[in-house]
Amino acid sequence: MDFQVGIVSEGVEDVSVISDCVMVGIFSKLEWEETDWPQGLDIQGEIFFLSSCHHTCTSSLYSFFIHFSSCKSSSIFIQMIPQQESDFDHNYLKPYYGKLFPFADIFKWMTYGHDGKHPGCDQSYFGRREFSFTLKGDFYLRFQSFNNALELENSIKEKCPLKIDIGPVYTVDPAKRHAYAQGDNNVFAPVERELIFDIDMTDYDDVRYCCRGADVCLNCWPLMTIAIKVIDTSLRDDFGFKHILWVYSGRRGVHCWVCDGKARRLTNEQRASIADYYRVYKGNENSHKKVSLMGAALHPFLATSYTNVLKDYFEKILLTSQNLLATEERYEKILSMIPDESIASELRGKWQDSRRSSSAKEDINVVRWEQCKQLLQSGKHKAQGLRRCVEEIVFFFTYPRLDMEVSKHMNHLLKAPFCVHPKTGRVCVPIDPNQCDEFDPTTVPTLFQLLEELNNEGLRADVNGEWNGTSLGNAITLFRSSFLEPLQKACKEEIERSYNLKLQQSKNSVGW
Amino acid sequence: MEIVRPQSHRNLFSSNDAVSVPSLPLYRSAPPLEVRLEDFESFAIDRLRVLKGISDGLSRGKKPEEMEKLVKELWKVNMRHQHASEVLNKDIISHFVLRLVYCRTEDLRKWFLSMECALFRYRFRFLTPEAQRAVMDNFDLTCRAVNNVEFESIKEKLGQVARSMGQPSPTVDAIFYKVPFEEVPELVAGRKVFISQGYAYVAMNQVVSLVATLFRSQLSKTLILTNRVAINCCRKWTSSIREQEKHRLTPIVEALSSSYLGPDFSQPREYAEISLKDIDQVAKSSFPLCMRHLFDKLKEDHHLKHGGRMQLGLFLKGVGLNLEDALAFWRAEFSKKVGLEKFEKDYSYNIRHNYGKEGKRTDYTPYSCQKIISSTPGAGDQHGCPYRHFSEENLRAALSRMGVNSRAMEDVMDKVRNRHYQLACTLTFEALHGMTCDAGINHPNQYFSDSQKILQPKKDSSAQNLVTARE
Ligand SMILES: [Zn+2]
Repeated sequence: MDFQVGIVSEGVEDVSVISDCVMVGIFSKLEWEETDWPQGLDIQGEIFFLSSCHHTCTSSLYSFFIHFSSCKSSSIFIQMIPQQESDFDHNYLKPYYGKLFPFADIFKWMTYGHDGKHPGCDQSYFGRREFSFTLKGDFYLRFQSFNNALELENSIKEKCPLKIDIGPVYTVDPAKRHAYAQGDNNVFAPVERELIFDIDMTDYDDVRYCCRGADVCLNCWPLMTIAIKVIDTSLRDDFGFKHILWVYSGRRGVHCWVCDGKARRLTNEQRASIADYYRVYKGNENSHKKVSLMGAALHPFLATSYTNVLKDYFEKILLTSQNLLATEERYEKILSMIPDESIASELRGKWQDSRRSSSAKEDINVVRWEQCKQLLQSGKHKAQGLRRCVEEIVFFFTYPRLDMEVSKHMNHLLKAPFCVHPKTGRVCVPIDPNQCDEFDPTTVPTLFQLLEELNNEGLRADVNGEWNGTSLGNAITLFRSSFLEPLQKACKEEIERSYNLKLQQSKNSVGW
Repeated sequence: MEIVRPQSHRNLFSSNDAVSVPSLPLYRSAPPLEVRLEDFESFAIDRLRVLKGISDGLSRGKKPEEMEKLVKELWKVNMRHQHASEVLNKDIISHFVLRLVYCRTEDLRKWFLSMECALFRYRFRFLTPEAQRAVMDNFDLTCRAVNNVEFESIKEKLGQVARSMGQPSPTVDAIFYKVPFEEVPELVAGRKVFISQGYAYVAMNQVVSLVATLFRSQLSKTLILTNRVAINCCRKWTSSIREQEKHRLTPIVEALSSSYLGPDFSQPREYAEISLKDIDQVAKSSFPLCMRHLFDKLKEDHHLKHGGRMQLGLFLKGVGLNLEDALAFWRAEFSKKVGLEKFEKDYSYNIRHNYGKEGKRTDYTPYSCQKIISSTPGAGDQHGCPYRHFSEENLRAALSRMGVNSRAMEDVMDKVRNRHYQLACTLTFEALHGMTCDAGINHPNQYFSDSQKILQPKKDSSAQNLVTARE
């Protein structure tokens, strides 16, 4: 059996050094049947996998796989000293969870209408949802579940997690999964999960020159705006989804939750098919090196994305803001994408001495791009391979880069909206896809700002919660009006419909 | 014994050509006919040969054209019947018998489902357009055809999709089907269809993909329910079988389910197939690289970390090392490093544990290739699949130590580069044994027993037969 674990701070027995991370011993044998405890367990030997940065963790987190021959529970407690101390004091989170975090809204969302009032409601629905918490000290608690809003709220207030992740809805209560694992057939399996997308700026490092890695600025953020526009439009127009939530990830990217009933019940194969529908990069999923657009036409989805979004953002924004053609090193990158060596060298020749001749009026990037386009699309180069070349370059610099694995599997976790990013202190607020051009990651409210606002406001009780007087107000209003309310309405209708259908069926079967 | 032939089926194909595949049943209900016990078994075995052939072809990475040829051939050879009129019955009966056999565990269901679907897909392609239409009618596809008005409104988009795949734009009389996109995942994944408002527009020449998905989900649903249902229809079929023959049915079903996926290494076996004194010798001749490496490392370092102890220990249990010998084996090595006392105190427990003698007393099963390949060894660990986890340099060195020649080595490395680790292992097996291994390597213990079969050919020659359990 392999487990994923994390946690705890006392009862240290042994110290072993593994890789670049210090492990501090196994904490507790309580979870084990005394007889099953491997005698003289050498910790170093037992932990055979240590991966940095599990996708659900922040960069200072690690997850472990522990292997024992037998074990009753997966809650093995291990403490580790994180590589980096978090520069974010979690004590600020107490008042945030205490006064600002919109528990009721998250609960309403996660019940999908199964909130007990209608006879067709599935009372167990919310309780089968996995939550997972990352606690201070980089401890990782998986498979948390709650029967109602109050339990969720109390647990979060008590544990004060740095991060809350949301997992799938399982066949049975995930906290009691071991009790169900006895028989031959393991009934514990995910049954519903939002279709999710994770887009991270670090995947764009080879097409932005302003910042690298975890940093973002207003020059590269348009790449995220493009991703939201392209994916959101297609999810609605192509796949017919309606209940889509976009959330700022708190630092360098965006998350997307597609919440229609139909989306939540997709199989892994169907999820993978959608993820692949959005994929234009050849070869390895982690290498974005080559965009390949074959054929005499672009698929309507790609063609629409190109004309409505990509082309404009490339030519009107990124070309100049990223200075894509300003230096030799940068234009060589684009020339290397032109399969015809004679055209590439013709352009190279032009650009090498254009430094002298270029007029100061016009942006050099724009001038060079026009030259490039003209040559590639001119009559004498009508060959298919080259016609597509302009589009391939634009796609390479603009097209959304999704973390495919996150979308393909039901059991991937994703950070909940309204969490606070532990590094930046920014709240993971929703983004309105219709106004995503206006979204500015650098002005997203931070925890410190909110707490200050809270102090200035004083004790002003409000039925809607105290966030009303803070800059979190707009975010929560947006969450409700553009996402939660239409979603709840649709869920209620769906429950009503399937309830009536069931009634009818049972009537029919009685007659039969 | 009398056989009741259903009249309705005979009408389905008037053709006398016994070789062609005149019709493609959807196996929605078991045929209302009685089956002789002999047919029950032999039909099933014949179909099994087809499915097994497909499975081998796929795992060897055959191309679609090659697969098409293979399936045609397999069907022709195995599924004929001396009476042309019985071909369809044989098809249906064999399917239902295997369904009965294969619904029993998740693994069996999965294998059966994907092989039957592959078979269905190729057979659908062989059909005449009329026969194809008949199948589509059965899935209620006809009513989902796009009407002229809608076609006109999306004509341009459909043309774009066709041209993006290097095909001409559809003409006015082209037929398209409008289905929820969830029903054609492979067409969605390849952007081979126009999708709008949740519906995919599937061209006539793509219909095989749609029909195959529908067939798959129908079969998948019934397989889960089948256990009971299938037993009932089996009873119905065999109701006229004489009482004294009935007891023979269960062993046939048992034998069928264990005969093509290879022996089930998860079952506790008779121990003492190898003894301690032979172990060095068989390790050289018959261990797959993953085990050979652990074995050599253990001899060298007198120690293995937990992952390695589990992988090698359970493998040794699987090849027949009994608990006494296992303890002696590990003790001999570990005591050189950690001393006898520490071994008894710290390690012997785990070994006894693996044999189900301690703790929960579960008999732990040897790891399959899949499990080993997906393991994630860390620093200092020796377990895992060398084809996946070794650097190219180390793998080459290890293979040449085993005696793989340089030509075979390149073939192996080629598979490794394409991430076909089990095929790489299969090629290694073939290079070392000078024989083909059509079934491929799926389990280290299978590697071992196949190797032993070749190296000790005196007995077991009958083991090649598909079904051995019948007296
Ligand atoms: Zn930037």
